[in-house]
Amino acid sequence: MTALPAFGPALPEIFMAISALVLLLVGVFRNDEDSTLITCLTVAVMVAAGVMVYRGTGNAVTFNHLFVVNGFTVFAKILTLMGAAITLFLINDWARGAKVGRFELPLIVLFATIGMMLMISANDLIALYVGLELQSLSLYVLAAYQRDNIRATEAGVKYFVLGALASGLLLYGSSLVYGYGGTTSFEGLATAIKSGPNTIGAMIGVIFVIAGLAFKVSAVPFHMWTPDVYEGAPTPITAFFSVAPKIAGLCLFLRVLVGPFAPMIEQWQQVIILISILSMIWGSIAAIAQTNVKRLMAYSSIGHVGYALIGLVVGNEEGARGLLFYMLIYMFMNAGTFAVILSMRRKGRYVEEISDLAGLSKTNPGMALALAALMFSMAGIPPLAGFLGKFYIFMAAVNAGFVYLAVAGLLASVVGAYYYLRLIKLMYFDEPAEAFDPPGLTAGIIMAGSSVLMLVLFVIPAPLVNGAEAAARALFLG
Amino acid sequence: MNALTTFITHLPILSAITFLPLVGAAIILFVRGDQEVVARQSRLIALWTTGFTFVLSLLIWIQFEPSTSAFQFEEHFDWLPQYRISYHMGVDGISMLFVILSTFLTPLCILASWDSIQKMVREFMIAFLILETMMVGMFCAMDMVLFYVFFEAVLIPMFLIIGVWGGGRRVYSAFKFFLFTLTGSVLLLVALLAMYFQVGSTDIPTLMAAKFSPEMQTWLWLGMFASFAVKVPMWPVHTWLPDAHVDAPTAGSVILAGVLLKMGGYGFLRFSLPMLPEASHYFAPLVFTLSIIAVIYTSLVALVQSDMKKLIAYSSVAHMGFVTIGVFAATQQAVEGAIFQMLSHGVVSGALFLCVGVVYDRLHTREIGRYGGLVNNMPKYAFAFMVFMLASVGLPGTAGFVGEFLVLAGTFQVNTWVALLAATGVILGAAYMLYLYRRVVFGELTKDDVKAMLDLEPREIAILAPIILVVMWMGVYPMSFLSVMDESVANLLKNYHDALASRTAEVAPLGSTLLAWLR
Repeated sequence: MTALPAFGPALPEIFMAISALVLLLVGVFRNDEDSTLITCLTVAVMVAAGVMVYRGTGNAVTFNHLFVVNGFTVFAKILTLMGAAITLFLINDWARGAKVGRFELPLIVLFATIGMMLMISANDLIALYVGLELQSLSLYVLAAYQRDNIRATEAGVKYFVLGALASGLLLYGSSLVYGYGGTTSFEGLATAIKSGPNTIGAMIGVIFVIAGLAFKVSAVPFHMWTPDVYEGAPTPITAFFSVAPKIAGLCLFLRVLVGPFAPMIEQWQQVIILISILSMIWGSIAAIAQTNVKRLMAYSSIGHVGYALIGLVVGNEEGARGLLFYMLIYMFMNAGTFAVILSMRRKGRYVEEISDLAGLSKTNPGMALALAALMFSMAGIPPLAGFLGKFYIFMAAVNAGFVYLAVAGLLASVVGAYYYLRLIKLMYFDEPAEAFDPPGLTAGIIMAGSSVLMLVLFVIPAPLVNGAEAAARALFLG
Repeated sequence: MNALTTFITHLPILSAITFLPLVGAAIILFVRGDQEVVARQSRLIALWTTGFTFVLSLLIWIQFEPSTSAFQFEEHFDWLPQYRISYHMGVDGISMLFVILSTFLTPLCILASWDSIQKMVREFMIAFLILETMMVGMFCAMDMVLFYVFFEAVLIPMFLIIGVWGGGRRVYSAFKFFLFTLTGSVLLLVALLAMYFQVGSTDIPTLMAAKFSPEMQTWLWLGMFASFAVKVPMWPVHTWLPDAHVDAPTAGSVILAGVLLKMGGYGFLRFSLPMLPEASHYFAPLVFTLSIIAVIYTSLVALVQSDMKKLIAYSSVAHMGFVTIGVFAATQQAVEGAIFQMLSHGVVSGALFLCVGVVYDRLHTREIGRYGGLVNNMPKYAFAFMVFMLASVGLPGTAGFVGEFLVLAGTFQVNTWVALLAATGVILGAAYMLYLYRRVVFGELTKDDVKAMLDLEPREIAILAPIILVVMWMGVYPMSFLSVMDESVANLLKNYHDALASRTAEVAPLGSTLLAWLR
């Protein structure tokens, strides 16, 4: 008989899974319409899991080399948990207002988060796939959560069909890689690829894996689902989509490509360069024509993924640090922006057109100021943290000799600046439209907090950069 | 007096000047009351803050030691220590006077906006104070990343000032201003990052001491050129300027012409020339060509303008052409002339925009044809306008003459043709300015609404009188300004010419390469 595997390293995930089941039971027995209690408990679980992750066991590999914990996974998991917890508040705010609150809602988010944490810690293609599917299936349900709303169901179905296709690509790529390397474990693959000659089969396998992952983080040309799903899904759920899964997906991308496939860097680098440039350019250009603010945010997030992918292209510690820091800033920017979008309500009805923001500086100066700061930050204008995010990314690119990538990215950011400025123009230059309802307390705190944070992080970035740097170092050590 | 001196030498005075306006902005943010009270309080607080900032900035001029080219009043704090990027402030003879220029013009702008800004007064004053912080910080920055941060951050308040309080096609102009400048700036950022990895530091004095290979210099120079040429602005990327000027509120135009354009010229002096001497030498013919086109072409364009602000905007492009010629001629007179021209243009064109603002506030049009005969009912205004008009033309005894003369004298030693062609700009300048003055101020006073216009009120006199004094002072006794920059300019040029003399391979300037190729 073999001994039981060490459970210690996976304790946060196990705790979350058990808590989710317990909370399901609690929800069934209480059976009320208000999800506030369950939401608060879910957030508490996430916070507790975050503490467990932070104080965890140090570097460890367990479950037969399926599951790994190191400095990198700790950082990525805490980032994901933060993103999920912040958006949970927004989701609850919305659910109460729209009277669609059910106890399943926060729990599906919790399950998705467990999936993300599993895929961050995956040390094997099988484990990766299982984590990714747990996350994806939960996200499909969330997209179609308002099942009697035709746009939401359409979003859900679209997401599911295309997502299944991407999962298929990923699986197919994994099987090719397995056929080449004879193993699905990351360490085994790394050794096999390093020692053996590069074959076409393994290369195609890697490209399929990249395609599948690029779909999950919505990088061009695998982005088609994003605008529709973002538009169709309820706003706070879109906020969740744009934060936590993106962070987890990019961290996974990083782990897979600089882990087992590191010896093939010359092959995959070209692919990622193309994906990155296309995402940056298309994210900027396509956003210009949008009139729906959620579609705009979809293209904006596509562009941001393009910038973050530059960090991946570079493929060294500096690049990984840039990527992690960028996603951290991105998380706060997006959470704040969606808090504003969620506050775009007139007499209890949600409005989503960009033109509804007209004259916000007169009707609600605080909200306008917060959104303006976030938009300038997204455009990467100093003195806001978004600038530093881009700065670290481009620094890594220039240092590694990818000057043309930096130039392309910076020029795309000028195009991007145009549509961010357009929102500011509407709020500040145009005549006011009808005023919005006053924003809820949670949304208010999140938008104010994140916009102030943009300034604070610009002045004192050192602690977070150091965190990202330590995580990046851990990634390349083990 | 001794106690005062000790106090000043220990005070981080540059940071104090830079961030004092922000303190004022924060105070304005907390003013409570109804709209009238808020507006009045905001104006007062802004005026006091900027006035006090100006007085404080005079202290650095008093304390400034002109006998050295070293940076003075240095401050140093770690910002991103692991990358050796720091909050490093300091001024030398080149940058110090620009700080004074910024702090001098800002309170006058606040005064000029006293009555003409009626909506969102609180926000306007806050934007202006933030703008002052960014301008002053940019001239004091001694770390290239810090410089870039201030350089870019200027865009945010200026974008809002044009877009919110402007007139006409304000939205179009605000976007054009923002996107033109940003496009240039991001290329500067790439150059900055490349330099950082070559040298391992973004500290400006360290970068000045570093040597870059000729090929690398070429690319770096072009990256910087993209940014500074837009900002100056040089032909053919000047098209944002007339739009921005026409649609900005008076105070916005004043700062735009007075300080923001100088950022480009300052950038050339601070980065291109000392850090990339060989590339600067190589590209000097290009700069000369573009500048001469700017001087002649935009002067001709100015001649046919029917909008006062547009005319002055085009004249700004022409005058800044002198600056770029002077900088790249790289002789002591030419560079000092370029700096002096920037200072005098900052004051004079700012004053001209204020003069336009005075009549615009009364008649709400900038059409030259709508005025005429103002000398009859507005004699004080006619006098002030005349002083600035003549200074812009470059009449001896005013600020404009010294700068243009020094630039031409210095350039003549380097390239006779450039000096000759540039000198035609002086003649054309006289033509369009006198023509403007004749149409607005002289002639018959026939139009009824023009007849009803009142002469300068005390507030406007308080704005224009100090500028008249400064313009005369700069024209009559320029030494008080030139002596400050002497050492720094001499040192800059010594390093520049040493670097050119010591290079291994002879790099012919762009023009002779082209000529050889044509033959």
